[in-house]
Formats: sequence, C-alpha cells, structure tokens
Amino acid sequence: MATLNKKLDRRSFLKVSALAGGGMVLSFSWLAGCKPTSEEELLAMPKEWFELNSYIKIGENGVVTLFSPNPEFGSNVKTSMPMILAEELDTDWKNVMVEQANFYPERYDRQFTGGSQGIRQGWTPLRTAGAAARHLLVAAAAQTWSVPASEITTAAGIIEHKASGKKAHYGEMASLAATLKVPEEVPLKELKDFKIVGNSKKNVDAQKIVSGKPLFALDHKVEGMKYAAIVHPPAFGMKLKSFDKSSVSGMAGIQDVFSIQLFKDDYGRNFFDTTTFPEIVAIVGNSTWEVMQAKKNLAVDWEPAPESGFEMAGFGGRENIKVTVPSGLENTNRHKEQMKEFITKPGNVARKDGDPEGAFKKAAKVIEKTYSAPFLAHNTMEPMNCFADVKGDKAVIYGPTQAPESIMGTLVQALGLPKENIQINLARMGGGFGRRAYSHHMTEAALISQKIQAPVKMVYTREDDMSAGVYRPAYSATYRAALDENNNLLALHVKAGGIPESPLHANRFPAGALDNYLAESWDIPSNITIGAFRAPRSNFIAAAEQSFLDELAEEMGKDPIEFRLELLKRAENNPVGERNDYDAKRYAGVLELVRDKSNWNTPAAGVHRGVSAYFCHNSYVAEVVDTKIVDSKPVVEKVFAAVDCGVVVNPDAAINMGEGAIIDGIGNAFFGEMAFENGTPSKTNFDKYRMIRHKEAPKSIEVHFVDSKEDPTGLGEPFFPPVFAALANSLYKATGKRYYEQPFAPQLEMQNLKM
Amino acid sequence: MAIFNLNINGKSQQVDADPNTPMLWVLRDHLDLVGTKFGCGIAQCGACTIHMDGNAVRSCQLPVSSAQDSQITTIEGLSEAGDHPVQKAWMEHDVPQCGYCQAGQIMTAAALLQQNPNPSEEEIENAMNGNICRCGTYTRIKAAVITASQNL
Repeated sequence: MATLNKKLDRRSFLKVSALAGGGMVLSFSWLAGCKPTSEEELLAMPKEWFELNSYIKIGENGVVTLFSPNPEFGSNVKTSMPMILAEELDTDWKNVMVEQANFYPERYDRQFTGGSQGIRQGWTPLRTAGAAARHLLVAAAAQTWSVPASEITTAAGIIEHKASGKKAHYGEMASLAATLKVPEEVPLKELKDFKIVGNSKKNVDAQKIVSGKPLFALDHKVEGMKYAAIVHPPAFGMKLKSFDKSSVSGMAGIQDVFSIQLFKDDYGRNFFDTTTFPEIVAIVGNSTWEVMQAKKNLAVDWEPAPESGFEMAGFGGRENIKVTVPSGLENTNRHKEQMKEFITKPGNVARKDGDPEGAFKKAAKVIEKTYSAPFLAHNTMEPMNCFADVKGDKAVIYGPTQAPESIMGTLVQALGLPKENIQINLARMGGGFGRRAYSHHMTEAALISQKIQAPVKMVYTREDDMSAGVYRPAYSATYRAALDENNNLLALHVKAGGIPESPLHANRFPAGALDNYLAESWDIPSNITIGAFRAPRSNFIAAAEQSFLDELAEEMGKDPIEFRLELLKRAENNPVGERNDYDAKRYAGVLELVRDKSNWNTPAAGVHRGVSAYFCHNSYVAEVVDTKIVDSKPVVEKVFAAVDCGVVVNPDAAINMGEGAIIDGIGNAFFGEMAFENGTPSKTNFDKYRMIRHKEAPKSIEVHFVDSKEDPTGLGEPFFPPVFAALANSLYKATGKRYYEQPFAPQLEMQNLKM
Repeated sequence: MAIFNLNINGKSQQVDADPNTPMLWVLRDHLDLVGTKFGCGIAQCGACTIHMDGNAVRSCQLPVSSAQDSQITTIEGLSEAGDHPVQKAWMEHDVPQCGYCQAGQIMTAAALLQQNPNPSEEEIENAMNGNICRCGTYTRIKAAVITASQNL
C-alpha cells in the first residue's frame, strides 16, 4: 500500500487551480501530431475535463491528460514520468496527452531535474497518484452499478464488472470520480502486471521537435515583446565600472541601456544562486539582431573586483556555506602549478582504514600516478535565455530552468514581489547538464522586464554563455598503491582536490575492499565560478580511479575485470569499514554483464579494448570501449555498456540516454577544455571550444540492462563517468601510452596521431 | 532598414530589416518561424540550417539581402504535415533528447538526401559533421538518415 501525499487531494488542487488560472493554457492543436497512432484511432478532444488529482484529468470521452511535473532538458522525464502515472492509472497510452506542469509547489513535490533523481524520487509519488485516480474511477463505477468495488477490474482505460457484464470507459466515470473522497492509501500494482512501464514509448514531443514547433523559451513571443542582450565583464575578477549609454543610443531599434543588480545586499543566497557577474548591463530593443549589434558597440569600462564573500545555503537543506570570492585575474598555468603542489603537500584526511602509512613503508613497490582535468563549459545548445513579463506587482517568467524551486526565492528578493505574484512556467530546455540549475538568467530577464514594465526576451550570445562561468571545476588526483614482493596489494592512497572544490568520494569503491586505505582531499580557492556538470565530481574521480586500477591490474599481472571483481568480492564478503557507499554485488554484476556482452576475452580483430566501471547516482555502470587506429587516427569503434538502474521505465529512451552520455564523455575526454589567461576564458565559441562531432562518435554503442526488480535509480548521469577511463585504458592498449591528463587530444597529437 | 521580398516555404513574404540582418533572425523575429535555432552565430554548430535553393546553408551567416532571389525552406516548410521521410525516420528512431539541434540536423540530412539519395555511411558522417548535437544523439542520427534514404 502507498500512502497518499496531501498534495494529491483534488480539493487542495482545485483551490490552487482557481487561483493560478491563466498559467494552465492547453494547446489543443498538438494532439493529432503527437501520436504514433493513425488519426482515425484518435479520440477527439473532450468537451469537459474532470480533475482526479494534481497529475491527472480525464475527459468525458476517455482522453487522459497527464501532467509531467519536472522540467524537461532532454532526459525524457516528460515521457517517462507520465508513463509511470499511466501504468498505475491503468489507462491506454494511446489516449494519453502529456502537458508540462508549470511550477506549482502546492501541487507537486520536487520539481527539480538534476542529480538523476527525477524518476527515482518520482517513482512512488507518481505511482501513488496514478493508483489513487484509478481507485476513484473504480469507486465511481461501484457506486453507479451498485456492485462491490472489489469485483471491478480495469484494463487499458476500461472498467469492467464481469459478473454483471457492466463495462464503461474511464471518461464515463470521471465526473463522479472527481467528487468522491480521496482514499488515504492505495494498493500499487505488482511489477509483473506492468504494461506500460518497461515498454518503450516514443518521446511525446517528437513530432513537435522534428517539425520545428515552438517548444523552447527562446521560441516564445507575445504581443509587444522587447528583446534584450546583456553585457558582462570580460574576465573573472572584473566588475562593471561604468558604461556610456550614448555609444549606442542612436542605433536602430535600441530602446534603452541600463545596469541590473541580481542580489540585494542583505539577501542570503540559496545553493543554486551561483552567478559569476551579479551586476551586468542590459540593452533593450526591437529585435535580437539589433540588440546584439548594439552590444558590440557599447562602450563599457570594467575594473578589478575586490575580494568578496557571502553566505550560501547548503545543498538540500545542509548547513550554510561561507563563500569567499578572491580578487585577482587567474591563469591556467598557475592553476596547474598550484594543483601539482598537492602531489607532495598533505590534504585533509577524509577516510583512513588500517595502517596505510605502515603498509607503504614496508611495500616492495609503490606505484604513484597523478591525473588531472581542466574546467569544462556546459555549452548547452540553447544559450541561456529567458522570457519575463513583469508589470506592476505581477510577474510571469517563462524560461529554461532545472530548478524552479530554487530560483523562486531569488526572484522574490530581486523583484520585491511576494511569491504568490510570481508565476514560473517551465520551458523545454535545449540541454541542461547541470548548467540550468543555476537560473540567474531568469532573474536577469525579470529585472529587465520590471525596469521597462513590458514583456521581454533576453538572449545570451554563445560568447556570453561560454564565458559566463558556472563551469565544471578543474581537478587533480594522485593515486598511490603499495605492493609487496609478490605483487599483492597492501594499501591504496588517494589524494584528490580541485579548483575550487574536491572531487573525492572517500567512501566509494575501492574503499571497503582494502585493509589499508587513505583518502585525502584539498581545494584551492578561485573566483572562477563552478556548478554541477553531469555527474559532478564523479565525472573526474571515476576517470582517475578507473585508469589507476587498470594500470595497477597490469602491474599485478591481472585481468582488469578480474582484478576489480576480486576487490568487490572482498568488499561484499568482508567489507572494511562501515560507511561504504555502494553495493558490491550490484557493482560486480555490471562488470560481469559487460564482460559477457562484449566477449571481453575475444575482442574483434584489430580493436584495442579498455574497461571501466563506476557507481554514482544510485546506479552501477560498466563500460568497455573498443578503439582502432585507422590511418593514424584513433577511432572509437564500439562501446558496450552494462547498467544496473533498477526497473527501466522507458527502455529505448534509457538506451538513448546511455548512448548520449557515452558520446558526451568521449568528446570531453578527447577535447573538452576551458583555460584562462588573466581571468579571461580562452574559448568563447565553437570555433575554438571543440565539441565532439558526428564523425568522432563511436560507430556503435550497445547498452545492456541488468534485469532488476529494484525501484528505479539514476540514469542521466551514471553512464558518463566511467567512459573517460574506459577510453583511456583502450587508448593505452592502442598506443602503449597512458593518458593522465584530460583532454587527451594534445597528447595523442604529440604521438603523431590525427585528432 | 529596407524592404526585402523573400520566398519562404513557397510563400512570398515581405520584411523590413537592416540588409545585414541574418536570415536566422529574420525568420525568428520578423516572421515567427522559430523552428530554425540560434546556436553559435558563427556557422559552427549547424542549429540554424535552412535550405537555400535546395542547399543546406547556415542562416546565421546569410544576410537577408542575399536571400531575396532564392527559394528558402525552413523546418516548418520541409513538409506540410511533418512527415518528410527524414522527419519520420527521426521519430522512428526516437532520435531527439533535448531536441534543440534537431531541426538543423534534419535540414542538413534532407539536403544531403536530395542530392545523394543513397549516401554511404562515410558520406553521411561527412555531411552531418557540421551539426553539433550536445546530447550526443549521433548514432541515432546516422541510423535515421539511413532509414530515411531507404524510404525516400
């Protein structure tokens, strides 16, 4: 049985919907386009909707609208979350329409897309919502037919009482169901009875995407809307001094130029309030092109920013963090030197098992390797942008955000309006990857609109976007292993840090598998802003750890998969320490699966393979990468992935996520890099910032799921971290060189390989 | 500002714009054809790909003044019902993740197939190499182009 959340009570929902009103416009035109079904099979739009709870309404003709609560950035939540609702509702997927819910904390929990938690944390609430609505429909039928509810069955949107031969579709019972008392708890289906979850469904927005319909905030337009561009400082460590409005005031289509300030002095920032430049210049005009032209002409003076600091709320309600933003113009060369110093400098001990120092002292051999990776820009294909309409004491914001619940508080302080007067509507995002958890672009658009008291669409140029910070941090990690004279592993020591935060996960594998283990952490302050980037921290530490284990296995004369399995066996049977943050058996399971599916011991002719495995976001992934050198060029021929993420809701979409994350990882491993000279980002567009392109993608990718009955866990991120090391380990086999420093392309080029 | 007569998706359109305005912004801001996307503004990502007389071009680098005597096709005009073989193949392979780059990918693929209805894998890779997909749907894109070529 699942207990119902108060928010599911339709009565509270009706109250909210009466207040919220205009935010809920349905687009009726989409129905015909969205279906893979032929048009004759489609039900017409209903004349009336009956709301069974905050997620579900049913028309009198049986058409079902499901509200997808979380913002969509490409991870398929807008299809997969409604699939979970539809499963427990027991409706026919072909009669389902999906609407993106807007931000309504009164109706939905955790409207946050990030941390690969959408499906994991939505699983039970969505199932419960679906089951609760089904319960009401059954109760309505029982009442109408005067038969016991227990004798009623449902299937594909049809309610049936077999003994009396009575039958009705959901639409016929929806009006009564909407008036019945919501149960306190409802039974959920057995997994074996699932008909929708586990069967691939096409992206509900596919037809709109392929035909170019407006879906993104950048596509939004209303009558009288103005356009805005922004100008931010050219370097980290700089701030606005002054600007000369007259330098652009005569230009065609330019209406106004002013500066905006994102935070009031006494404002306590939330965790996702990271912004590099809290004061920027806005240019408002009649078209995007005109404001972008004016941007080039605007005369602006910048000055060095002094050291500053602020207090920020910790992630997920953790204690406040004191943030110091140092002054100065930073350089990548200096960063590298600073990071190197930590190879010998001690870090902060995060975990210690046994006597690692003693073990290293008596070691016959010590292997030590240092790995590093640069800052990375997210580079979402849709640059930061937002629509805002702030007039008087009302604000409507329509923008690409992963975290509406975080930006609401920021908007309240910036606009000086109560949250009841601010409506945040959720646009489909042209990529997120963590970047759009930081929604300063929404505050910027809102402030611009408030100033001009008119609707506005603010758009970053690619250059603005790429040079605005919130990057993946730069990282370094030194691994040391102590071996005895028989090549037995005595101890492992990891010391990892970053600018400005450490990637260390001290309690993850191989912690727990080693008698003597030491994990240390360090960080170096910086004024270069950072933020979550697909599998934060894991995306680097996995690369370092899994590359080191590969080298270690070779040194010990062991097969790299067997070596990992031995360690995992130890962690499963006789774990060291109590805080080990993984399930050794499931971890081993994905390694075994990838070993089988890739025919690990019999690679295809001419390919060089590398393996890697990692656990993050509650899921386990192992990957095998096959590379070939073709005409002096490293080519990724094939990637095999095995994943244990519990029940897979939408398998083909899950495979798509896996493929995408693997390609993303290969791209960043080969090419991804942001550097700085005197605080200025070295790359501001795709001519210099190299992204993986079509030709560089693997020729094929196979994704295999562990058959599991566990509740679903993360999927968008876990495929990403392991691929870096699987690629590095494979390249080692191909070239005889180890790859310690990301990106790998410069080293490969030095080996006379074409990149 | 000047008046330009354009032929877009088979319709005559008049716009009043600065002659240097890229077609990307004429389409998006003046004509409300927002399927063509802004990605980089320097012809490096392909999100803004349209057809000019059947050839795939980057609309961010095409001034409106150079588009006057040509047939322009955008994603909205590729087919009336969104059922061009390339669009259908994109749905069959469930290609999009975020979806933002896909209009540009589809326009590039459609132009390729118009000129070369039976491309080899290498020809597909070469043709599609100018279109970045940040979500990494390249393997599906290639599969969809192959399917589309079989269903032309």
